[in-house]
Amino acid sequence: MATEPTRPRQQGRGAAQSRSEARDVAGSYLAHHRKVARESGRRLWQAPVASLMTWLVMGVAMAMPVALLLLLTSLEGVSAGWESSARITTYLTDNLSLEQAQALRLEVGSRGDVDDVELIDRDSALAEFRATSGLADALDYLDENPLPHTLLVTPPETGRTAAGVERLAAELEALPGVARVQVDLGWLQRLNVMTQLLARAVWVLALLLGCAVILVIGNTIRLAIENRRDEILVVKLVGGTDAFVRRPFLYTGVWFGLGGGLVAWFLLELSLWWLSGPIERLAALYHSNFALSGLPLDGALALLVFAMLLGWLGAWLAVKRHLDAIEPGVPAGS
Amino acid sequence: MIEFQQVTKRYGSDHTALKQVNFHLDRGELAFLTGHSGAGKSTLLKLIMLMERPSAGQVVVGGQVLNNMPRRQVPYIRRHIGVVFQNHQLLFDRTVFDNVALPLEVMGVPTRDIGRRVRAALDKVGLLSKEKMNPMQLSGGEQQRVGIARAVVNKPPLLLADEPTGNLDPELSADIMHLFEQFSQVGVTVLIASHDISLIHDMGRRTLTLEHGRLVNGGSALGGMAHGH
Ligand SMILES: Nc1ncnc2c1ncn2[C@@H]1O[C@H](COP(=O)(O)OP(=O)(O)O)[C@@H](O)[C@H]1O
Ligand SMILES: [Mg+2]
Repeated sequence: MATEPTRPRQQGRGAAQSRSEARDVAGSYLAHHRKVARESGRRLWQAPVASLMTWLVMGVAMAMPVALLLLLTSLEGVSAGWESSARITTYLTDNLSLEQAQALRLEVGSRGDVDDVELIDRDSALAEFRATSGLADALDYLDENPLPHTLLVTPPETGRTAAGVERLAAELEALPGVARVQVDLGWLQRLNVMTQLLARAVWVLALLLGCAVILVIGNTIRLAIENRRDEILVVKLVGGTDAFVRRPFLYTGVWFGLGGGLVAWFLLELSLWWLSGPIERLAALYHSNFALSGLPLDGALALLVFAMLLGWLGAWLAVKRHLDAIEPGVPAGS
Repeated sequence: MIEFQQVTKRYGSDHTALKQVNFHLDRGELAFLTGHSGAGKSTLLKLIMLMERPSAGQVVVGGQVLNNMPRRQVPYIRRHIGVVFQNHQLLFDRTVFDNVALPLEVMGVPTRDIGRRVRAALDKVGLLSKEKMNPMQLSGGEQQRVGIARAVVNKPPLLLADEPTGNLDPELSADIMHLFEQFSQVGVTVLIASHDISLIHDMGRRTLTLEHGRLVNGGSALGGMAHGH
C-alpha cells in the first residue's frame, strides 16, 4: 500500500526528542493501519447481504478456473501413469510356429531399446479371451483358434516417451514374422493435445474471470467512495494525504478478496467431496489410476493471497479513478 | 503570514473572480474579508487553502510560495491552516470527539495524545461535556463551535473562516467572533469572510473589502497603488 509518513515540520528540537517522536509517529502509523483494517472489516459486516453477494460472485469466479486447473493436473497424472506402463502389443503372423515365435521373442528381447518381452502363445490367448470376453459359446463354433501368437514388448524407462515408443513400434513392425503392431499412442497423443488445449482455455478463462473480479470489486469500491464522499472531502480539507484517504478503501478491497477466496476454497472442497465418489467408481470401471486432485493447503493459501491481491488491485483502480477526482472545491457561502 | 501579490483568479476564460489583489496579513493579526455576494471572498480563501490556484500573481503563506506547490505537498500545507465553514462540514456518522480528532488522526498523532488535545480544543469552545454526542443532536451554534474546535485542534498558525456566522442569530454570532478574537490573542492569524457588515463594524478590526473581485479597501499601500492603475 502506498505510504506517506507524516513529516514533522517544526524545527529546532532536540535530537533525542525528535527520535522518540519519530518512534511515536511510526507506532501511531501502525496503530492507524490496524484501526483502518478493523474498521473497513466492520463496515463489511454491517452490510452483510451486500458483502456476501460480492463474496459469492468473487468466489464463483475464482473457483471455476481453479477447478479446471485441478482437473487438468489430474489428467496429466493419467497420461504419466500410462507412460510408465507403456507396452507394445506385437501380433505375429498366423503361419508362425511356437518355436519360431520363441526365437523371435529372444531376438526382440536382446535389443537395447527393449526392457522386457512376454510371449503369449495363441492357446493361452484364446483361453484368456474365452474367460474375459463372455463370448465362450460363440468361440465353440469356430473350427480353429483365430488368434495369433503375441509378444508384449515393454520399452525401457528411458524409451517411454511418445516418440520413443512410436519409433520402437515401427521397427518391430518391420521385422519378418510380425503381422501388426498396436500401441495406444493414439489416445495418449489425443489426451496430450486436449490437455494442452484445455490448459490454454483455462488460462484464458482465468484471465477473463480475474478481470471480472477486479471489475466487481472496483464497482463495489466506487459505490463505497460515493457513499463516503463527505468524509473524503473533510479529510482532504484537514490535510489528509492521498494515501490516508485511499487506505480504508484498499483495505476494503483486500477484505472482499479474502472473503471471495474463502468462498472459492469452500466451493472447491464441496464439489470435490461431491464428485470424488462417482469419479472413483468411474476410474475403477476403466482400470484407470485417475483421481481428482484436491487443493493442497499451500495451494489454498496461495489462492487466498491471490484473491486478496485481486481485491486490492480492483480497489486501487477504483480509488485511482474516482477518489483522486474528489477535491474540496466549493465550500459554503459563495 | 499571508501575502497576495497581484493575484488574479479567472474561472474559465471569461469570468474573473479576483483582479490583481494585493494585501499582507501579519502573524497574529485578525482581519475581516467582506463584500457583496459573488465579490470573490470564498475564492480568496480557497487560494490560501490551495483549493484553487491563481491565474496570475503570487500567494505566499507562512513564507512559502503556493503557486507551484506540487499536489502531493498540498496536505502538509493544509495541516497548518484551520478552516471553518458556514455549513461546518461535520460528519454525522461519528461523535463530536471523533469529528474534532480527525485533523490529528490525519497527521498521525499518537492515540494517547489525541484524547488530551481534543478535550483541550472542546474545552476552549465550551463543549467539553458533549464530546460523546452525535453532532446532529447539537444546536446550530454548537455545531459551529465543534467546527471551530476541529479547525484549531492541531494549533495551526492560521485560521480561515468562510461565513462562520451565516446561519446564526446575532447573539450567537457575537459569541463566535469573540472566540476568534481569543485565538488571535494567542498569536493565531485569523481571516474571516463575512457579509455581516454590522457585526464587522462592532468588532472594529481591519477589514478587507472586495468589490467585483477588486480589493477596494483595507489592502496594503501597494494594493492601493495597484488599484489606481
Ligand atoms: N468553481 C467556480 N467556477 C466558476 N465560477 C465560480 C466558481 N466559484 C466561484 N465562481 C464565481 O466567482 C465569483 C466569486 O465567487 P465567490 O468567491 O464564491 O464569492 P463570494 O464568496 O464573495 O460570494 C462569483 O461570480 C462566482 O459565481
Ligand atoms: Mg462565499
